[in-house]
This record gives sequence, C-alpha cells and structure tokens, in this order.
Amino acid sequence: MAGNHEPLMRVVKRGESPFKLKLLVRLIAVLMALIVDALFIYFVTGLNPLVVYTTMFKGTFSTPMRFSWAMRDLASLLLIGIALAPAFKMRFWNIGAEGQVLMGALATAAVMVYYGGKVPNAVLYAAMLVAAVFAGALWGFIPGWFKARLGTNETLFTLMMNYVAIQLVACCVNIWRGQASGLGKLNMKSKAGWFPQLFGQRYNINLIVAALLVILMYCYLRYSKQGYEIAVVGESENTARYAGINVGKVIIRTMILSGALCGLTGFLIVGGRDQTISTTTAGGNGFTAIIVAWLAKFNTFYMALISFLLIFLEKGAGEIASAYNLNDFASDIIAGIILFFILGSEFFINYKPIFRTGRHETLSKEAA
Amino acid sequence: MEYAIELRHITKTFGSVIANNDVSLDVRKGEILSLLGENGSGKTTLMNMIAGIYYPDSGEILVEGKPVEIRSPKDAYAHGIGMVHQHFKLIDVFTAAENIALVLDKHEKYDIRAIKAKAREICKRYNFEIDLDQKVYEMSVSQKQTLEIIKMLYHGAQLLILDEPTAVLTPQETEKLFAVMRNMKADGKSIIIITHKLHEVLAISDRVAILRKGEYAGTVETARATESSLTEMMVGKKVELNIERPEPVNPHLRLTVHNLTVENAEGVKILDHVSFDAFSGEILGIAGISGNGQKELLEAIAGLQNPDRDSSIVYYPDDDRDSTAEQLIGKTPKSIRDLGIHLSFVPEDRLGMGLVGSMGMVDNMMLKSYTEGSSFIADRSAPRHLAESIKKELGVVTPSVNTPVSRLSGGNVQKVLVGREIAAAPSVLMTAYAVRGLDINTSYTIYHLLNEQKQKGVAILYVGEDLDVLIDLCDRILVLCGGKCNGIVDARKTTKEEVGLLMTRLKEEQEGGVA
Repeated sequence: MAGNHEPLMRVVKRGESPFKLKLLVRLIAVLMALIVDALFIYFVTGLNPLVVYTTMFKGTFSTPMRFSWAMRDLASLLLIGIALAPAFKMRFWNIGAEGQVLMGALATAAVMVYYGGKVPNAVLYAAMLVAAVFAGALWGFIPGWFKARLGTNETLFTLMMNYVAIQLVACCVNIWRGQASGLGKLNMKSKAGWFPQLFGQRYNINLIVAALLVILMYCYLRYSKQGYEIAVVGESENTARYAGINVGKVIIRTMILSGALCGLTGFLIVGGRDQTISTTTAGGNGFTAIIVAWLAKFNTFYMALISFLLIFLEKGAGEIASAYNLNDFASDIIAGIILFFILGSEFFINYKPIFRTGRHETLSKEAA
Repeated sequence: MEYAIELRHITKTFGSVIANNDVSLDVRKGEILSLLGENGSGKTTLMNMIAGIYYPDSGEILVEGKPVEIRSPKDAYAHGIGMVHQHFKLIDVFTAAENIALVLDKHEKYDIRAIKAKAREICKRYNFEIDLDQKVYEMSVSQKQTLEIIKMLYHGAQLLILDEPTAVLTPQETEKLFAVMRNMKADGKSIIIITHKLHEVLAISDRVAILRKGEYAGTVETARATESSLTEMMVGKKVELNIERPEPVNPHLRLTVHNLTVENAEGVKILDHVSFDAFSGEILGIAGISGNGQKELLEAIAGLQNPDRDSSIVYYPDDDRDSTAEQLIGKTPKSIRDLGIHLSFVPEDRLGMGLVGSMGMVDNMMLKSYTEGSSFIADRSAPRHLAESIKKELGVVTPSVNTPVSRLSGGNVQKVLVGREIAAAPSVLMTAYAVRGLDINTSYTIYHLLNEQKQKGVAILYVGEDLDVLIDLCDRILVLCGGKCNGIVDARKTTKEEVGLLMTRLKEEQEGGVA
C-alpha cells in the first residue's frame, strides 16, 4: 500500500465552540507563548526568563503612576478603536484615523492659541470641542462623499488624507512656535484650555469619556436603527438597496460619525494629555486601533481588553529594554511572540486539527 | 461485476452536524447512476469526498477494486475521477483551450496546439460542440458546462460526477447533454449525476442511489422505479406530486407594464420595450433562458433599476382604476413602500440581495420594516415574534432564530425569505427561481404558499426555469427572449415545446422579418 497515506494532519471546522473550550484554548496559548518566550530569553539573551517576566509585568503594574500612564495610553488607543468601529462594521476601510485625530487635535490647538485667555474657560472648552469634532468629521466626510458619489477607493483616499493632515500640523506648528526651537506646552502660563485635574490627573477625563463611549457605541451598533443600517450596508450593498436603504447617505453619515469621534479623540489628547500638538500627536495609534477594532470584531468591550493587552505588551517591552540594556528589537520579539500566540489561538477556536491515527491502514488491510 | 468506484462506510461530520453517516454505495463501469436526495441529505458532501475536496472522517474508497486515499483534487484526477461542480471552476479571460491547459501536470509541456488537437479528438468522439478559441466570458452557461466536461475527459476521467448539471439548462440543452452522456457511457465511462428533477432521473440513469438525511437509503434499478416510488424513498413517506391550480377569483388589473426598457452599464438593452398586464388572483409565469431580462424585469418593478424615460409601470390598488393609480417608474423601494404599496420580492440571489447572511432570522425579518416608528432604537420584539412563527409554520430547521441564516441549508434559507415576503401582506408578489435547488418537499411547500397568496387576491409574478412546473402552476406564461416579450400564452393550453420554442427564437425571426 505504498503511496496511500492518510494526511498527517488535517483541519476540520468546529461548530459553535462552548465558552469553556474558548477559555482553555486561550490559556494554553498564553502558556505556550510564555514557554517559547522563555526559550528565546534564555538562549538568545542569557537572562533568567522568570525575572524578565517580572520586569515585563512591572512595566504596567510596578507603581500606581505606571498604571495610571498605561491607562492614559489605553484611553487614546481605545477611543480611536471605538471611532473606527462603525466605519469598519460598514466594511469601509478607514485607514485615515491618524489624520482625523490630528485634524481634531489641530483644531483644538488653534482654538487654544487664538482664543486662550480671551474668552471664559467654559466657552473655550466648548469651542475646542466643537472645532475638533467638526475638523475630524470633515476629514471623514471627504472620503465618504467621494466613495458614495464617485465610488473611489476609500483605503487609498483615507490613507492619503493622513499625509495632508500631517503637513497641515507641521505647517501650523512652525507658525506657532515662532523663533522658539519647539512649540512647548500651549498657554503655559494661563493654562487656558487645559483640562482640570480629576483624581490628580488631567487625562482621567479621557478615561471616563472612553468608558462612556464603550457603552454608547456598543448600544449604537447593536440596538439603533442606524446601527442596523450600517450592518446591512456592510454585508451587501445590493441587500441594502433591496431593503430601501439609501446606501450613499449611510456611508457619508457613518464616515462623519467615525471622523467626528476621531476628532473628539484629538481634542481629548491635546486638552487632557499633551497640552500641545506635533505631527506625532496621534502616535501611530490611528493604525494600531485598526488591529484593536478588527480583533474585537467591533465589540467595544472586547476592544477595551485588546487595547489593554497591546498597551501592557508595549509597556512591558519598553521596561525590559531599559532594565537589561537590550536593544528594542529583542524586547519587541518577546512581546511579539505573546501577541502571535494569542492571535493564533483564534484559529484553534474555529478549527479542530485531526492527526493521523493509523486506523485507515488497518481497515484497508481487512478489506484486502 | 466490475465497479468503477465503491464507497464503504463513509462518515463525514462538520462540527456537530453529520453530513454523511455510514454511507456505502457503488458505481458500475459504464453506467449512469443518479444520486437522489433532499436538500441537506449530503449528496454534494459525498461527491466532494470522491473529488478530493473533503476528506472522510472514517470509511474507505475503492477505485476499480483497490483502496485509495484521495487527499486533493489532484489525487482524484490521478485516479480518473473528475467532478463538474455547480459553480464552474473556469477562468473567464482564458480561452477554452487555455482552461483545459490549466489541468496539465507540472512536468507536461505547454503546447497549446497539441492540447487543441487532443481536445478536438475528444469533442469528435463524444459529439461535443465547442469553439476552443472562444473566451470563457463569451460563453453561455451550457457551453461553460461542456468545457468543464471536456476538461475532465482530457484529464483521463473514467468516472465523471455532474452536480445538478441541468439546473441551468433549457430543455433543448438538457437533451444535448443527455445525448453526450449516453455517448460517454457507450465508451465505458461511468457517470454520477445529481439532479432534483425526477423525470430526468428516469430518462437518463441506469440505477438510482438515494440518500436520506445523510444516510444511505438504498439503490434501485431505474427501470423498476417511478416518480412516486423514488419520492417515497427519498422523503421516507408518500408525497402527493400534483401541483394545484385554482381558478383565479374575481381578477382585476393590478399592474400595467408598458414599453419597459432597461439598459445595463454598457448601454446594452437588457429589456427592450416589454409590455404586459398582471392581474390580482393570478399567477403570471415568466419563462426564458436565464439572463434574458427576468432579473431586470422584477428589479425594475421593485424600483431597483433605472428604466428609460418612455417606460411605464402603473400600479392599480383596487377596481377603481384612475383615481389612485400610481406610476412606479422613478421611485425607490422606500418611496414605493411609503405610498402604502406592498410589493414583495423574492430575488434570485437569496443571500446576496434578499437576506443578510451574517444575521439571524430575527434581524432579517426587520430588513424592510426596521424604519417603522419614530424611535432611534430599532424594535426587535415584533420581528422576533414573526421569526418564531415562520420557523414554526414553515418548519425552518435552525438551531435558533438568531443563528446566521448563511449557516442554514438552501431550502431553509428560501423558507425564511418567502416567509418574510408573504408576511408583509403583499398585493404584488414577485419571485425569481423560487424553488431553484430546493428538494421536492420544500418545492411543494413553496407552490402551496404561492397558491394561498393567489387565492387571497395577490398578483403573482413567477419567474421559473422548470417548464413542467410553469405549465402546471401558472395561469399565463410570458416568454422573454433577448430582453423582448416574445409572447404570452395560456398555461392551460400551451405545451412545453411551444414555450421552449418561444424561449429560443424571436417571433419576428421565425416570420423572416426584421423589426
């Protein structure tokens, strides 16, 4: 029976996986990640893996301050992820969050620069918010309109809008800094437009807004009529037209919403975190948030968990790099291996591997 | 007895679903075996295991008496097994000959002239008609199917599997296919054919193997079988095989279509000055080779096309003609609905237009009604009740009303769609290929539902492909040919031949004149 072999391994789709199984698969994934990472750490860097893991953990948890910073960064990432959720659910590939956030931040900063100290604080906050939301919405509306009316490719369009936003920010920063070498914090003396401190930190307001939006966006997508329209348009434009949905209107409206929420994030980052602006204000979070939104399958509560995981890994990698004087690549590999296993476990939640048993050979022999 | 292939104790499961359970059957050399079974009985799964698409969980396959492992379509080819799938695996921008070349082995030289010569020989031997230099996108469905078969024979297939080959063919094309199949059989090849049409089973096959709910229900000699005996084996109980046709009660004009012309994006006329009337309490059949404007006709009425300016579609709500008649041209599905006109439409593409595959029954129920009420939040309690009642009344098999409908079998998907459209209490009900791919039981459920609506005074437009059904079910039949209305016949008096002729030849051409 040479040549007649049952394949060594084949994969079969699972039905609905029970919760216990999902949990087990994920636990095994984390365990395997730690083992593979331990091998890497021991053989490549020569360090004790357990000590390295402790250091990694410290990146986020060593002091209340560290934890607070992690939460600050989580808020920015999560807010953008939430902003992207409606667009992605509509299968509109909004790669332009980075630019939409920057535009919101730029509008906020402009209001701070030109009206800071000249109007009452409450009016200033309102103006910053409105300007930011409007600027972000505009950056979402433009590609949305072109897609709805002319069928342009939204991926390229939104991507290129990022560069326009970056150049606009660079230009304004150059104007505002004047003769100084850098822009520095805006309204340093008057602190006009800076968020008030809440529990000791200005950026805690960002966290509260993010938590609120997690709930609101979840309900919007899940229970509202507009959320339903977004889901139908995302699945099939033909079905949407058949149902009497005005597809173009939904695309434009959703992109305005997505852009506006990115703009809001820009407002929160400038007012609550940085009190200044630069071309790196969004810091690549506009792209990382795409991963967050996708992995969570647009469920905003999962987004919070995944944002936390990504921030934890990022902080941990940074901590390892500085504590052991490793280069960034080694610490990134350690964090990357963990991410790889956690993402890879999704495959085993949906599919089941079956290995060769030898049972076939015996059957065939009986037949012969 | 020499067997081309033997299946022994084949079992295949997907998750918790058992697609095939301990199936054993065999195909003799030089015979045509029909594989019969209801939707979801596991016919295609079983065939896919022979063709190397799936691998069985247990059991074994013997080719010419020897046990074999078929792990990929390549292995299947090597054992002389070729399958023509329902969805053709051809590359549109390649010519027929280039598509044949695709199945060449790695070490074989690409010599298009030699390929053509060998292909021509195959065509001559079995009497295929095909232009080897024609591009696939210029071919009709029937030509594509012919090409698929030639491709398999070129590869040395001794056993050919045809998955519902006649579903997309006209009666004339089906006859041609059967003639070719008989030639292949005479040449010693074995053929397995999957079809839902019992008269075809009786006409073409030597034996019939029957699957019921994933299990093997037996094999019978075709000579000793009848339509009703086969149905009984397939369903497990006796089924009445007559389609009712109640007389229209008090029909009055419901829809007048006049000079309807629709052009596609390239400016080609898909519908060309089509005019007809539809009456309440009547089923108007629409026949034609697929792609002759049926889809566009229904979509135009539903407000999904942009007809030319001189087109007219007028809707009459009641006997009272002029006062409330509405012109539907230029209106969107929503504005038609806002006028209080209930047009129900079961489109051909069930999961690509009529339903949202990733959503459950509940969310699909609200597809056309979710805007009701002024609340920002969508109401899901009414749709849930509707979903529950459709599930119960039509016997939809689904784990839950929230299971994505794309996971349901074809028949159940259609029940969900038809159920929703009927629940909207329509005054016009349009259906496109309402029973395509459905088994006998489900098909009869659909016919019964249509007749119920007819008796309620609904005007029904039934686009169909099975001429026997069109003639048995409808009151009148409109025949489309090349986007033109090529005649409207009385279904009670017409014959299959008359309709078939109207489908294939424009009247003006028959009379020798040019319009």
